[in-house]
Amino acid sequence: MIDAYVVGVDMIKFGRFPDKTVPQLGAEAALLALDDCGLTIQHMEALYCGNLGQASGMVGQRILQQIGQTGIPVVNVANACATGATAFREAWTAVKAGLYDCVLAIGVEQMGKGLLGGAGGGSGIPKEGLLGSGTMPAVFAEAGMEHSRKYGTTFEQFAKVSVKNHHHSTLNPKAMYQMETPLDVVMNAEMISYPVTKLMCSVNVDGSAAAVICSEKKARELGLMKRAVKVRASVLTSDPWQERDLVMPDVNTCTRLAAKKAYEMAGLGPDDIDLIELHDCFATAEILHYENLGLCADGEAGRMIDTGETALGGRIPVNVSGGLLSKGHPLGATGIANIYEVATHLRGEAGKRQVQGARIGMTHVIGLGSACGIHILEKV
Amino acid sequence: MKIPESGDPYLEGHKCGSCGAMYLGARSVCSKCGARDQMQLTRLAKTGKLYAYSIVHRTFPGIEVPYISAVVDLDDGATLKGNLIGIDPDPAKIKFDMPVEVVFADALGRKDREGNSYLSFFFKPKA
Repeated sequence: MIDAYVVGVDMIKFGRFPDKTVPQLGAEAALLALDDCGLTIQHMEALYCGNLGQASGMVGQRILQQIGQTGIPVVNVANACATGATAFREAWTAVKAGLYDCVLAIGVEQMGKGLLGGAGGGSGIPKEGLLGSGTMPAVFAEAGMEHSRKYGTTFEQFAKVSVKNHHHSTLNPKAMYQMETPLDVVMNAEMISYPVTKLMCSVNVDGSAAAVICSEKKARELGLMKRAVKVRASVLTSDPWQERDLVMPDVNTCTRLAAKKAYEMAGLGPDDIDLIELHDCFATAEILHYENLGLCADGEAGRMIDTGETALGGRIPVNVSGGLLSKGHPLGATGIANIYEVATHLRGEAGKRQVQGARIGMTHVIGLGSACGIHILEKV
Repeated sequence: MKIPESGDPYLEGHKCGSCGAMYLGARSVCSKCGARDQMQLTRLAKTGKLYAYSIVHRTFPGIEVPYISAVVDLDDGATLKGNLIGIDPDPAKIKFDMPVEVVFADALGRKDREGNSYLSFFFKPKA
């Protein structure tokens, strides 16, 4: 079986760039990733491009129109918030299959501010606020409350996730925010959808990230093994049938399924992982995923956040980039941005936020609807 | 939701005759077991228990807040989402598993473009 390596990876600083186009943003990350490994667009044999907002807009081709039209195959990918991870995985799949030796994956998104989606128009009357809520904060608030009903998880414990991730991002110059948010500030921020306050929601930002993936043979040929990061597992799942599916999107089961497959594929367990970038689209979600990814037993996630086990310097640091909560969440870019974060730690290049001695890391995203993407990376 | 010529409105579900999975809205294939053309119409229970909720303070423009978005397990196994009414939107008062009943009322005064009124269902704490 061919092994696939990330040889170049980078992201732009996340922020708000209303004067730039989606292809311009994507091109910036692509050039950064190429520069990271010293390759050019002429080395790339295929492009896998993830973007959600312009899913029918041939974003990948428009990026090549900015950085080099070499006639390579382009696959444009949309898979909700798992879009970037899916584009990366498609690139990985092609290299694993022996189809190409060197390919580019890009994730890019330009976001508006405020709540995603709309109240629903069309015929009839709006159902939002009549048949409960379909807003993303409400959906993840309810998922958090399901954890509360099972294990007594408190509003304060959920809020601590935001305190931690905002603190982490003060050490990440590429994060949207570099600001401390103490517990009382998080808990007293505007209540969006109990138990989720404004500071417990991911930040809508513009952003892009890109990765160059090579076969081992090609990476050696090009002399790129020194900083290469091996992809030990790449898994994508959809949501298996669950009894409350129709009214309560289930982010747990597809994550558990993906985690199980990823650990099997890598021949590793949760104890082998040195850091994780997981899908903290809302603070409640991070708590659920501690258990879903097997970082602790069911019911122990509240204790994990209380004891600081998932903070930088803790037993298993989670979202040291600042996570979606503070680094920002440009939907299509997130899956590759978290690969950049983990790879940067494995290379020992993460500066002030470096997880010491990190050798193996995991990335996780959830696209509601649902898709779960997990990657395990290793510095060999 | 069904509004019969005579009698009270009720909620209708579709139950898989093969595995018992419950659905809202018509369909022909069961996504749990894959059985085809086994769906049976079933009248949903009028009572249930609160499974999870959120108190919504910020939503899309034009929608009045706050309201309680409630996930309710009906006593016959179906799960529905709706507004929980007749209780303060206060987490100290809302209890998991509290018994609720399904009630029908005007859809909060909302009208469509032709000016038609709608009937909707709500959850209310059971007395």
